[in-house]
Amino acid sequence: MIAGKRAADTVIILVVMLLAWQALHQVAGETALPGPLPTLAYLVHFVPTERFMQNAAATLLTFFYALILSYVLGLAIGIWMGIHRLSGAVGEPILISIYTLPKITLYPVVLLIFGLSQSGRVTFGAMHGVLPVALLTMNAIRNIPRVYLKTARTLRLSTWQTIATVLVPATLPEIVAGLRIGFTLTLLGVLLAEMFASKYGLGSLIINAMQILQTKEMVSVTIVLFVFAALANAALLWLEHKLHRRV
Amino acid sequence: MNRVGRLRLAVIALAVGALELACRTGLIDHHVLIAPSEMAVALWRLLVSGQANEQILRTFGIIVLAVLIAVVLGFAIGLVIHALPRLRQALDPFFATYYAVPIFIFYPVMISIFGLSSIPIVLIGVATAIVAMIMATLNGLDRIPRVLTKVARVHRMGPVETALRLKLPAAAPHLFTGVKLAVSYGFIAVIASEFILAPAGLGRLISDAYTDFNNPRMYALMLLLVIVATAVNMALHVFDQRWAERRGIGKP
Repeated sequence: MIAGKRAADTVIILVVMLLAWQALHQVAGETALPGPLPTLAYLVHFVPTERFMQNAAATLLTFFYALILSYVLGLAIGIWMGIHRLSGAVGEPILISIYTLPKITLYPVVLLIFGLSQSGRVTFGAMHGVLPVALLTMNAIRNIPRVYLKTARTLRLSTWQTIATVLVPATLPEIVAGLRIGFTLTLLGVLLAEMFASKYGLGSLIINAMQILQTKEMVSVTIVLFVFAALANAALLWLEHKLHRRV
Repeated sequence: MNRVGRLRLAVIALAVGALELACRTGLIDHHVLIAPSEMAVALWRLLVSGQANEQILRTFGIIVLAVLIAVVLGFAIGLVIHALPRLRQALDPFFATYYAVPIFIFYPVMISIFGLSSIPIVLIGVATAIVAMIMATLNGLDRIPRVLTKVARVHRMGPVETALRLKLPAAAPHLFTGVKLAVSYGFIAVIASEFILAPAGLGRLISDAYTDFNNPRMYALMLLLVIVATAVNMALHVFDQRWAERRGIGKP
């Protein structure tokens, strides 16, 4: 009953947002912002086309590579800095300051190194995702209660047994939280890279659509990306809660 | 300075030194990366010549404006949402997903509505920063001791007076965390907007310098941004830590 009421409230807010969109459309005019209904109609018609599919596939592939790169590097850095206390203490503030830097300013450097290529976009995406994964992994390992490790020693577990039966289960929920944030930021990085000086992917599709005043297309792609990110986040959040409850 | 701090400085110095050496010996192509010392010299010349000063001031002005709007409006919205539990519950899923979606992809939509001016940049800056402030406000208000609200009732304070004289100071440490995030997010959003598409500004200057193959200028401006961003974030971090310690919620 309460859950139903809550869902109803959320639906009401969604409707309010759609109405706000419609109102903004009335004020801004047809070319600046199309109304919600024509846009959604366009979206349904546009998504199955080959042009959309090709660009979506390009973005997905770049994103996939970038994600793997950020996860592998981020986990490696995080595990190292979590286990080796001194490196962690020395490196954490450095990582945090790089994390808060507007990385877009460094994109030209990536472009000068890799050229206008997929490797450049992958690198730029990974640059966004590595740091949150590393920082959260490091904190997860640091926050393991000492008594867990002592128990492992008392039980005479080997190093691998300790990792598999103590370290991984104890840190998993927090690490998944890091992976979730890394997912979002890597996606942002890939899209930014596509928006600036690229001919491929959904990011470039948005910028091109804006330049030729195809606002329906621009808003449609934005909505698709929005829904994709929100669903992926919800799935990872669900996994995180499930892991938390298990402990 | 303790051992860890000295070691950290040594690591940074070593990295910069290695970069300098690699550039000077030609290990890294001059067209790709210029030596850090050359960046510093180029930045100094650029600042003295005054060519970019107007754009630099414009960008930092926009950042300050966007952050101010986000902080003030975010606090006000936070107060309202906190007073209405049902609205808060309904908004919860939106707040949870807000930063999971790259809000920045709405920038082209805003350009389409408001035209290519500084308005979309301010708006995207506010949009990126404000939710962090709202969440920090809610978090801070949740932690106000009950007794304080009772005191307000005893003194027959009105809602506005209660908000300004009691809730604001009581929630201040949490609010400051929100301010810190708002500054950081606002900074990133404004620079990114200018870089992708903007009539003027620091981000635009960097992307122009890139298109013109003007490496000294590009790296000079990047260095400026890195220095400013690091300095601002470090200052906020130190301030935040001190405040948290005084209120007894930080690490000892």
